Amino acid sequence: MAGIEVTALHKRYPDGTVAVDQVDLSIRDGELFVMLGPSGCGKTTTLRAVAGLEKQTAGDIRIGGTLVNDLPPAERDIAMVFQFYALYPHLRTRDNLAFPLRAEGLPKAEVRERVDEAARLMRLGPLLNRRPSRLSGGEQQRVALARALVRRPRAFLMDEPLTNLDAELRADMRTEIKHLQGELGTTMVYVTHDQVEAMSLGHRIAILNKGRVEQIGTPLEVYDRPASLFCAAFIGSPPMNLIDVEVADGKLRSPGGLVLTPPPGLPRDRRLVAGVRPEALEVTEAGAQHSVPARVVSAEWLGDEIIYVVDHGGRRDSRVRMAPTVRFATDAPVGLRHTGGTPAVYDVSTEELVA
Amino acid sequence: MAVSVDEAVSPGPVRDHPAPTRRRSGRGRSVLELALLVVLAAVMLFPALWMLETSIKENRDVYAIPAKFFDFTVTLDHFRDVFVAPDGGRSALSVSFLNSVVVAGVSTLLATVLGVPAAWAYSRFSVKAKKDQLFFILSTRFMPPVVVVIPIFLMYRQVGLIDSKLGLILIYAAFNVPFTIWMMKGFVDEVPAEYEDAAMLDGYTRLQAFRKFTLPLLVPGIAATAVFALIFSWNEFVFAIFLTSSDEVRTAPPAIAGLIGGTTVDWGLVAAASVVFALPVLVFAYLVRKHLVAGVTLGAVRR
Repeated sequence: MAGIEVTALHKRYPDGTVAVDQVDLSIRDGELFVMLGPSGCGKTTTLRAVAGLEKQTAGDIRIGGTLVNDLPPAERDIAMVFQFYALYPHLRTRDNLAFPLRAEGLPKAEVRERVDEAARLMRLGPLLNRRPSRLSGGEQQRVALARALVRRPRAFLMDEPLTNLDAELRADMRTEIKHLQGELGTTMVYVTHDQVEAMSLGHRIAILNKGRVEQIGTPLEVYDRPASLFCAAFIGSPPMNLIDVEVADGKLRSPGGLVLTPPPGLPRDRRLVAGVRPEALEVTEAGAQHSVPARVVSAEWLGDEIIYVVDHGGRRDSRVRMAPTVRFATDAPVGLRHTGGTPAVYDVSTEELVA
Repeated sequence: MAVSVDEAVSPGPVRDHPAPTRRRSGRGRSVLELALLVVLAAVMLFPALWMLETSIKENRDVYAIPAKFFDFTVTLDHFRDVFVAPDGGRSALSVSFLNSVVVAGVSTLLATVLGVPAAWAYSRFSVKAKKDQLFFILSTRFMPPVVVVIPIFLMYRQVGLIDSKLGLILIYAAFNVPFTIWMMKGFVDEVPAEYEDAAMLDGYTRLQAFRKFTLPLLVPGIAATAVFALIFSWNEFVFAIFLTSSDEVRTAPPAIAGLIGGTTVDWGLVAAASVVFALPVLVFAYLVRKHLVAGVTLGAVRR
């Protein structure tokens, strides 16, 4: 087991595309670390550089304190699980699992023992004599995980391993992976574009955008105080409401009259935006105490909650998360009230968190 | 038979056109369709049939007027003459057939050995101006080969490749490499790169990973591509007739053409030689069809 240090990683392809601009990561030993970002943000390239499948243009990668820049993938002592599973199509499950061990030249008895152990852990017993073409997507993914396990590597690298599964199976496998990682205590780097996956799995999350790290933090930190407007818009479904505000009389005031408590240390004379989560707002009867006048633009009925889109006089409409019992008609005049604590405030020009 | 790139680069399964509307539109129409198809087939196949008949007719039946369609004496003398010279030794035609086998075989092998790794590289690696390079490679096939026959002739005379099998092998390989690269790139693209990534993590080098995991999956594609290249080299006429002159080097197409043009033409021999020449192409064309229909099967991949 080992931590992974990535320093000033830069990757530029011969055709001129910069896949990774500048990435610094410090992944702790035994941590489940998630790299999250939209497609093309450089997360997969970073992972492939750690694996050694991609040679970085500049920067250092250390696994367990060893500089691995010039080591081939096989000598980095890591295992990787791919989006398309990459099970060898001509081998049965048992041989697929045994393959990396045989390549290492382990004695037969130990290969057998380790394969059986991994098969038990991933419950593959009945599948051991089948070829990949006769396995379902979920089964193939479990075999791919087991194949990573048998190596007993210092770290697991997961490249969007659940993307090709259907929603229900994905949730199951998510639980399974989290459980497995906790049990083994092996460092795991997990790449995904799915924020729900990132939030539910990660001990810490790194949000990447355009080849740079926007924020690193625990799921709660990332949710509560996104470090930039990009993170604010990326995390949460629906995402944070970004409300134009001005500082006046020691309060933050929106054009529609919403009043928020300002965080300490706000800079003066800059255009500011407050990030307010949909659950920190409340739709009320028109004219209720502390509310500002607003109008319901639309409502999404999700069963366990209702997302109201309300117009309260700003540049953008705001989304409000309400209990399913609170019902307002579309176009009805209502009130909008802030119920949360101090909001995160961003500078419009730098797009970064100021306080 | 020229091989066009269009018909070659569609490795996907051939779609069935069940055309249910047509089936419903009555018996009369289907009879008419059938009749038309029969007429068309007869017109298309008549030369081939006539070639086949002539090859097994005796010479007096070949020249008979009115032509004898059915009541002629069957003989295999012409086929014997294709392979055996009048004095009992090997005939010039049989030498040319052997030359064709060597030239077509070696040039196809060369094109495959050079083209498949190139296709793999173009499919897997990020190369500077990749699209331009691929377009340039394809552009060598834009013009009809006849256009370059004079310059090639002059170049070959300078370097002493005129009238040599090596010369033909090189020029055919040069024509087949672009075709092989383009067709094989399609097949390589179909094989997920993850197999190689996984194999590299398991301790293989990139080339080993290619050889052990990607290459076996490419075999049907390589077979189909090689057969197309083989058919091209086998049928090629223009370069063969310009670049070779002696019977020892000449391939079958110019040799067969050379049978026509004397004071008397032995049509029986011409027909028999043509039948022998056409057979391998028919067999290989049939093989290509099978491979193209089957496409490449990839067990473990969901897309």
